[in-house]
Amino acid sequence: MRTEPGERTGPRGLARAARCARVLALAALLAAGLASPGVPAAEEAGDRYGADWESWRADTTVADTASVQRGARYFVSYCLGCHSLKYERWSRLGSDLGIPPDVLANQLLPPGDKPADYITSAMPDADAEAWFGKAPPDLSLMARARGKDYLYRYLMTFYVDPNSQTGANNLALPSSAMPAVLSELEGLKSAVYRQVGQPGANGTVTHEQVFDHFETIAPGRLTPAEYQQFVRDTVNFLDYVGEPDQLLRRALGVWVVLFLLVFTWLAWLVKREYWKDVH
Amino acid sequence: MAANSAAGTAPAKGLRAWLNKRLPIDEFIASQLRGYYAPKNFNIWYFFGSLALLVLVLQLATGIFLAMFYKPGEATSFDSVQFIMREVPWGWLLRYLHSTGASFFFIVVYLHMFRALLYGSYRAPRELLWLIGMLVYLTLMAEAFMGYVLPWGNMSFWGAQVIVNLFGTVPLIGPDLTLWIRGDYSIADATLNRFFSLHVSALPLALLLLVLLHLVALRTTGSNNPDGIEIKEKLGPDGHPLDGIPFHPYYTVKDLVGVGSFLVVFAIVVFFVPTFGGLFLESPNFEPANALSTPPDITPVWYFTPYYAILRAVPNKELGALLMGLSLASYLFLPWLDRSPVKSMRYKGWLSRTALALFAVSCLVLGYLGLQPPQGVYVVLARIFMVLYFAFFWLMPIYSRIDRVKPVPERVVYHAH
Repeated sequence: MRTEPGERTGPRGLARAARCARVLALAALLAAGLASPGVPAAEEAGDRYGADWESWRADTTVADTASVQRGARYFVSYCLGCHSLKYERWSRLGSDLGIPPDVLANQLLPPGDKPADYITSAMPDADAEAWFGKAPPDLSLMARARGKDYLYRYLMTFYVDPNSQTGANNLALPSSAMPAVLSELEGLKSAVYRQVGQPGANGTVTHEQVFDHFETIAPGRLTPAEYQQFVRDTVNFLDYVGEPDQLLRRALGVWVVLFLLVFTWLAWLVKREYWKDVH
Repeated sequence: MAANSAAGTAPAKGLRAWLNKRLPIDEFIASQLRGYYAPKNFNIWYFFGSLALLVLVLQLATGIFLAMFYKPGEATSFDSVQFIMREVPWGWLLRYLHSTGASFFFIVVYLHMFRALLYGSYRAPRELLWLIGMLVYLTLMAEAFMGYVLPWGNMSFWGAQVIVNLFGTVPLIGPDLTLWIRGDYSIADATLNRFFSLHVSALPLALLLLVLLHLVALRTTGSNNPDGIEIKEKLGPDGHPLDGIPFHPYYTVKDLVGVGSFLVVFAIVVFFVPTFGGLFLESPNFEPANALSTPPDITPVWYFTPYYAILRAVPNKELGALLMGLSLASYLFLPWLDRSPVKSMRYKGWLSRTALALFAVSCLVLGYLGLQPPQGVYVVLARIFMVLYFAFFWLMPIYSRIDRVKPVPERVVYHAH
């Protein structure tokens, strides 16, 4: 997601990227008609919203199937344009999340894709590199590589930055090559900095710009609480994709451990019986 | 039918007799299980030998099935591991058993080694038993390292880069040696394929052979025990040690309790925390190997980190590699460094006890430091604990001799429950 400033993303690339973003925004509108996010636990933005962004947590659980289902829908609508899930098949997604085959085919599957196909983006890597300077990474394992809290912070800390190629920047991943494609939902926010004096050598003081908080420039189509839930669901879905069998793993684990505890207890009884004649 | 009379059972008939005429099954059980007398005062530390054998079998069994689906190669390794994790029925379980098994192999082996230090199991007449055990340990390290490279994640790649480059510090032949190991000018497809070959054939065979020799040597000298007393020196009228009990059934049923307890802990990790917070499966390894993207901190898996901390404790690469080699080689001299008149820590004095405690703490602290970036206070601490680590071995001839020891009892201490 990092890009070297100024190289491949020329003005032409920028225009194409903007076009791509518009297409995505259109897809967003369509998807919003299909499902609007549930009412989340409201989190007051507060006076200095974002000041504590480094301690933000995703607070999701894959056991919340409804959330993962919503996340799948959001992923298809907002992320799949650029990002693949190349290790996950559509059919697997359907059966794991309890999505009926006809719903899967009509509402999620891109035209031309079969249920047994892997979930891949239609965007060619070569075009992506020309547009963004770097092909958007496959997200199958992103939740495992970076952690779901990181993904949550990443999607929550985009801000307007006129100096950036994409017009946006990110706190969790500075100079991210990804445009703020979700700003249509979230709205626009800018980063407010404060100066921190660092005492340097010879009694001089060097001033450093440190992020302080976010300020809303324009509201999006979702309220802050709705957007937060949108991000949570999407991250929750990526957590599921990172390890599709994780619920089965934990459920099975309970029985395995219980069996082993009984086994150990019986083994101990046998041992005690045999060792009665050792003096 | 000497075999049967030795076991104290009636002569076998039918199939069993037919088999025993052709293969000494009963004779083996009689001499190696029922007729092998082990000290009766084994404590919890004596579980880890049989547990190491259990983990070895587990690794072989899961590894055989993983190798059916794993495809070595720069373009295929990472994808095939994901195929195992997602599409092979129960593939995720096989993989987690194998990856967790690797870490538990080292946990068990480290506790097994600590037991030997605690009760002087490396002392005469068990020097060779100890040396063969150290060869098992070194082979296990090679086996684990190569296995770690196979998923071809980014940490696999960069970890391999660092470890193979260590061989470049060997005088004169260093650069040629690393080229020979890698089979290419960097860690590449050729390296991955030869590591796979070694991981699934040569090294497991070497491990099995060494473990067999380890057991043969054990049966020859007999087991040590927490009191460090040779039970063979006090024989009863039946010719068996007074303080010994047949390995089977007494220790087979006792080890079964150890196996059960171990598997409970093992299963909790496999099913609930298989990555163990990034210690058993590291986060950067969920990204494919990328020669253009270095992970923020390159660290080996936890079981190598004490040695890694020693490597980085000195600013000179060659000296660091030498010290790292010496930190492993020191174990080999242990039987001859210990000059104490007694074997077991139970009867050694406070000097030896303090030295062993400091050594254990050093290993843990160095293990932690090996996971941290080599900066500031971490380097200072690594140097301090490296000195303590080496002091345990190389000051042993002095402190073990002047240490005030307690009298050793005639017979082992055992309280029947």
